[in-house]
Order: sequence, then C-alpha cells, then structure tokens
Amino acid sequence: MMNQAVALVGVIGLLAIGLYGLMTARNLLKVIIALQLTSKAALILLLLAGLASGHPNLGQSIALSAIVVDTVTAVIALALAVKVRQRCGTLDVRALSTLRR
Amino acid sequence: MFNVMVLIGILFCGIQTVRSARPINAALWLAGVSALAAILLYGLGAYQLAVIELSVGAGLVTVLFVFAISLAGDEPQPEQGGVSWLLGTALALACSLLLILFTLPLIGISNPSGDPSFTETVWHERSLDMLVQIVLLFTCALSVVGLLAQRHEKPKPVLTPALSIEEKQEQTS
Repeated sequence: MMNQAVALVGVIGLLAIGLYGLMTARNLLKVIIALQLTSKAALILLLLAGLASGHPNLGQSIALSAIVVDTVTAVIALALAVKVRQRCGTLDVRALSTLRR
Repeated sequence: MFNVMVLIGILFCGIQTVRSARPINAALWLAGVSALAAILLYGLGAYQLAVIELSVGAGLVTVLFVFAISLAGDEPQPEQGGVSWLLGTALALACSLLLILFTLPLIGISNPSGDPSFTETVWHERSLDMLVQIVLLFTCALSVVGLLAQRHEKPKPVLTPALSIEEKQEQTS
C-alpha cells in the first residue's frame, strides 16, 4: 500500500510537470518530450488501476499496449518534426502557427 | 524509503526535462525519468513491464530522440513560452487536483487472488490487442519510411525536332 501511495504521488507529479511542459514549450521537439512525460504518468497509473481493481496482470498488459502506442506516437511525431524543420527551417511552434494565416 | 528516493529522482529528472533549454539535454533527462520509472514499476511487482519500459523507454526512444535531434538541429528554446508560466502552473495543478480526487479512493483496495498470469493475459485474453499492436508497428515503420524518403526527380528529357531524311543523310555523310 505504501508503494502504491508513492507511485500515485509520482503519477500526479509527472502529469503536472508534463502538462506544464506541453503548455509552455515552444520547440516542437520539447513538446514531444513533454508528451512522453505525461504518457509515463499514464503508464504508471494504468498499472496502479490494475493493482487496485485486483487484476494486476490485466493492468500490466494494458500498460504494455500503452508503451507500444506511446513509442509509435513518438516515432511518427519525430519524423514529422524532422520534416517540418526541413521544409520550414524552424521548430518554433509560434512561427509554424503563422502558416495557417 | 528506497521508493521515496526513486520518487524524488523521478520528479527531479522530470523538472529538469522541462527546464532544459536544449532538446538534447531534455531527451537525456527523459531517459533518466524512464529508467527511474522502471525501478518504480519493479517495486510495484510489474517485473516484465519494468524490463520493457527500461529497454523501450530509456533505450529505444532515447536513441530515436538523439537521432531526430541530430537531423533537425539542436536549437535552444526561446525565452518566452507559448503560455505564461503562471497560467501553465495553475492549469497543471488543477489537473493534478482532479486526478487526486478520482484516484485517492483506489488506494488500499485489497487484491483478490486468481488473476491469470501475465503471459496468459497477453497472449490469450488480449490476443487481438497484440495483433493490433503488431499492425500498428508495421504501419509506423512504413509511415516513417514514407515521411523521410528523399524524392529523386528524374531529369526531363530534352525534346528535339524530328530530322528530315535529307538532314539525316547530311549527318551520316
């Protein structure tokens, strides 16, 4: 129970830090890194939910799916960031937002 | 006590990840978060998941980040962010409070026994999930190949006017 409480504090802290990074980052790569932080929090929370509901292995298997989806998202986002840098010459999110005007 | 130290390490690495101006430093701090999260998962009894998180989160994803940063350039972040730090902190704290409200009642619930093993759960009960994940991985690989492919444009053929029979005879003579 002590371990679960510690992990829950970690989840809340990681989620707060990740959300803060998502909102304040301007570099596209740093946005992806902040997204990874929030997904780490979700991963630990899925495991905790499995433990709390009495199905720890089910929680683990769902967390495994979350790792795969998280990695795929990161890979696609990084490839898009590289392409954006090649086309537009910058990774600044604000500069990229002027494209729609 | 050990878990508390791991927790402090995770939060410290997380803060450094967000605070780092250069993306390469942020990626390395993120690897630290993944490694410490793997230790936390091990402490919670999720041994297989801890190994996968360590190899994928701290290994593969970090290598991918370093590769992408080397391709895209390591330009430091500008001083002013997209949202002011006060608003960002307030929104992050509000989300955390909501999470606390929803998850706090979960702590302390007893774990009934009789749960199928991890292998059985993954390969039998959630076999469709595994299939979808495999398809997703192949789709991701093909997407990256398509996105990063270099387009080689063929040189356009130079059109020359057709020669008459007399001109051909002059050329051959």
